Parts: sequence; structure tokens; C-alpha cells
Amino acid sequence: MFYQPELETMPREELDQLQLDRLQHLVGYVYERIPFYKEAFDKAGVKPEDIKSLSDLVKLPFTTKQDLRDAYPFKMFAVPQSEVARIHCSSGTTGTATVVGYTAKDLEVWGDCFARFLYAADCGPDAIVQVAYGYGLFTGGLGAHQGGERGGLTVLPMSSGNTKRQVRLMHDFKVDVLACTPSYALNIADVAIEEGFDPAKDFHIHAGILGAEPCSEAMRSEIQDKLGIQVFDIYGLSEVMGPGVACECQMQDGLHVCEDHFIIEVVDPQTLEPVPDGQWGEVVFTTLSKECSPLIRYRTRDISRIITGQCECGRTFRRMDRITGRTDDMMILRGVNVFPSQIEEEIVSFPEIVSQYQLILTTRGALDHVELQVETVPDFPFDEVARLQQLKKDLEKALKDNLQIAVDVKIVEPKTIERSEGKAKRIIDLREGLK
Amino acid sequence: MISQLTVFLENREGHLASAVRTIASADINMQAMFLADTKDFGILRIFCDTPEKACKILKDEGYQARLVDVVAVKVDNVPGALSKLFDYLDSKDVNVEYAHCFIVGDHAIDILKVNDPALDVKLAAEGFEVCKPEDVYLVD
Repeated sequence: MFYQPELETMPREELDQLQLDRLQHLVGYVYERIPFYKEAFDKAGVKPEDIKSLSDLVKLPFTTKQDLRDAYPFKMFAVPQSEVARIHCSSGTTGTATVVGYTAKDLEVWGDCFARFLYAADCGPDAIVQVAYGYGLFTGGLGAHQGGERGGLTVLPMSSGNTKRQVRLMHDFKVDVLACTPSYALNIADVAIEEGFDPAKDFHIHAGILGAEPCSEAMRSEIQDKLGIQVFDIYGLSEVMGPGVACECQMQDGLHVCEDHFIIEVVDPQTLEPVPDGQWGEVVFTTLSKECSPLIRYRTRDISRIITGQCECGRTFRRMDRITGRTDDMMILRGVNVFPSQIEEEIVSFPEIVSQYQLILTTRGALDHVELQVETVPDFPFDEVARLQQLKKDLEKALKDNLQIAVDVKIVEPKTIERSEGKAKRIIDLREGLK
Repeated sequence: MISQLTVFLENREGHLASAVRTIASADINMQAMFLADTKDFGILRIFCDTPEKACKILKDEGYQARLVDVVAVKVDNVPGALSKLFDYLDSKDVNVEYAHCFIVGDHAIDILKVNDPALDVKLAAEGFEVCKPEDVYLVD
């Protein structure tokens, strides 16, 4: 089923022309409206009118996460605030978050992109979509929500949590499709089973559009078997838009990139030269139609590749492979992006503990479990259990409040955490989904 | 005030045994030992001979150990003796962080951890028999 067949199956030549037209408009637009891009273009010695074909894209400078941080909060906005309909932020403490704005039209486009993949999952106006992503600054909840609304589906805005209720309504309302993170989908499945259901048989649901964190094929199979659904891996990042930049179709053989709105490139992360289709590298996106927060050649740090050849589903949009990793050290914990440096910032704000720490990531049930091991300073009055427990509680609260992650702090004996002059192993990732 | 040797111990198999073994192998005698346990860690509180030496040995072995000043009160080993002590503390609004008792001969020794460095003087003035270090262990 197609939502916008004229775009999704557009002949390749027409699509290339559409991309070029939009790209040429975009470069003039950002050059005029965003000082960062004027400066970057001038520095690279490129003018908007130099973009005569799609292959000229490589002349343009890259945009990095740091550029977006430096632009905090609104310096990358290309429209006055009166035209900004909504703002989303990536996680991060004040000053390091990346802020993305959307005009009303940007939100429509986003909704359309997401809706395409609901339809790809055979969910149209007759379907009920249960949105169990968190609602808020995180793009998952509202992105899926408006995808459902744009597509004319019935939207059940659950947000995350209250899992027994998720199970109850999924069953009673005969929900067709679930949108959430893979780990949460598995959690819902497990709770349903605990409640005495066999969701694969008892539930109407037949599809899951799952994203925002890695999902191994083993985990995908488990979700599919337990819930009796087909799982569609959806990709997106708040900087570029949110979920819906790319997604699988029923072939489950790569994620179709919405190429009418985004240009995908894959580059060698060292040389930054584009690599041939089929080769792995860092994914780079240029937004073609965003009005508020357009991006030129944004380096995602995600590692993937272009899958060559035509997909049997009929979509002409090229496919990217499922993300296999990241070029930097960012961790995705329960769908929240976390950098080790952010954790360090919190730790150093506690004079009672030393700066060495170790983060142990495991899978508990279906969810990420994060244990942070810290040591107290030698003169800490550890004689009192209450003091130690208070310290543990305070640190957990700081991490929860500032980084939005639930961490189990464990105070360990001195010198048990590895000290190193070079690269200490601060993060031990034992999660099952990442093999 | 007397010295209590406190050791922070992670909940690990054999860990308590090895801490105690460290003290034993230095030929240091213990009078009493208490273990406060939580999910993740335990706090071992020890009264032993030559606590300075015992603390140093533990630290040298990599343990997180320190000496903590606590008040020790000698009371008769009869019903109500401890109650009398706590009634007094309550009447003076003294907050007790923790407490424990052990028996030596015909007497009980009540250990109090409080945030009042002059409590021993006050207790003595009230007629309580406050222990000196040498009453409990071999001082070093």
C-alpha cells in the first residue's frame, strides 16, 4: 500500500531532477538566511550558483553535531520565530543540546514521511496505531503521532510506560500497529505473555514500526514471534527530522530513504570522500525541503551503506542498510543519546567521588540496564550507611534530571576501577542487541 | 571516645573472609565485629587491639578502611541498663547514627555513633561509665 505513490514510485530521472531543483533552491536559501552557512560556503569557496548538478553536492561543506551545538539555541533557524510551529531537542545538558525547529509545513512533511511507512506496513485509515514512544522533546512520540494523523489512521497516544495498560488497550482496541523502540516492544510483548495472553494469537496487531535504538536480527525475530507482527525498522534523527527519514518496506531488505526530502550520501569517515554504493561508511544527509532547520551534508556518525538495485516493493527511493554502529562514542540508552562526557560532567560535580568511573551496560528483560560504578574520595565518611545511600541517590537523581537516563549507581571499593593514562575502558557494553 | 575500625566492603564472594584474614595474619585480636549490609556493599565495624596498626595493614592491602571515633559506655548486664542510656540521649535530643552492644565479662559495652564530639564528657558528668580505649582494646 502506498501513501504518496506518485512520489514514492517516481521514475528515477524525475526524482533526480526534483532533487536538483530542491537542492539549488536550498543552497540559496541557507546562504541568505543562515550566517553559519554563508560563512561556511565562503570559506569553502563555493557559491549557491555553483551547484549545477547533483554531483556538485560534494563541493559543499559538511555540518557537524558540534556546529549545531555552537548554534544553540536558535542560530541555525532559517525562519523568524513567528513561523516556528514546534521545537524538538536532542538530549543534553543545557548548552550542549541540539535544537531543531519545524514550521507548520515541516511538520506536514515529517508526518507524510512517517505515514508512508505506516502504509508500507499495510496500515491505512482503517488502522489504529499505538504510539508508545515517549512524547516530548524527543522526536519519537510526536513524530509517530503526526505520521498517524497525516495518514488518516486512528492514533492512540500512549507515550511510553504503564505497560500493563499498553497491553490491555492493544488487545481491547484491536490495535493494528505499534510504534515504539524495539526494546519497549519486546517489553510489551513479555508483559502481555505474563498477563496470560498469547499476543501472536490473541491480538489483532500485525505490524511494528520500531526505531530510535539498535535492534539485532535476533531481537527483531523475537519481537515478531512473540507479538505475531512484522517489524519495520524506521530511521531518523532529530537533527535531520525525526523518525521517518528512512524505513523498511515489507521486503525488510534495507530502509527506503525519503529521497524527495533528503539526499543521502555515504562517506569515508576519515577522508570524508563519498564511497561507492554498497560500501560501508558514515551516513550524511542533506535536507531538501526543510524550512526552519535545513541542513547541508549533516554528518550523522551512523555507519551504513547504500543497498544497490531496485526493491521489489516498487519504491524507487534508494535503500540504506540497517545501522551497524556509530563513528563516535555516543551511546543510545533506552532511546536516549548519551555521551560519556555528559556522565563525566555529572560525576565531577560531586566532590565526594573520584573522577574514575565505569559504566556497565546490560540487557535486563528487554530493556537497557545501566550500572555506574564510582568510588568515593579517600576521606569520605563511609562509616555511615545513610551517607553512602544518600550519595548514591543524589547522583542517580542528577543523572536522571540532567541526562534523562535511569542509572543504578554502585559505590565500589577504591582502586577497583581501572586507571589508565591513555584510553581507559569506561564503558563496558554487554547489551544483547549489539552483537 | 574510642577507635572503631571501619572497612567498606563490596558484596563479593570471599571478600569478608579475606578482610578478616588480613587482620588475623597480623596477629591482631578482635573484641567485637559488626557488619551493616546493604544490597551493594557492607560496612564492617571492628573493635580490635592496636587499631592504628590494623587500619594501616588493611589500607596497605587495598581496603577502604578508616578509624572512627565512637563513644563506648559500660553498663551492667541487667535489664533496663541500655534503656536508661537511651532515655538520657533522647532527653538531650542527641541523634544516634548507629549503635551496637557487646558483652565483656559481667558488663555490656554500648557503642554509640553520634555527631557530638563532647558526648563522652557529658555522659561522664551524668554518672555514666564511659570507657577509655584501654578498657576495650590494646592501644597503639
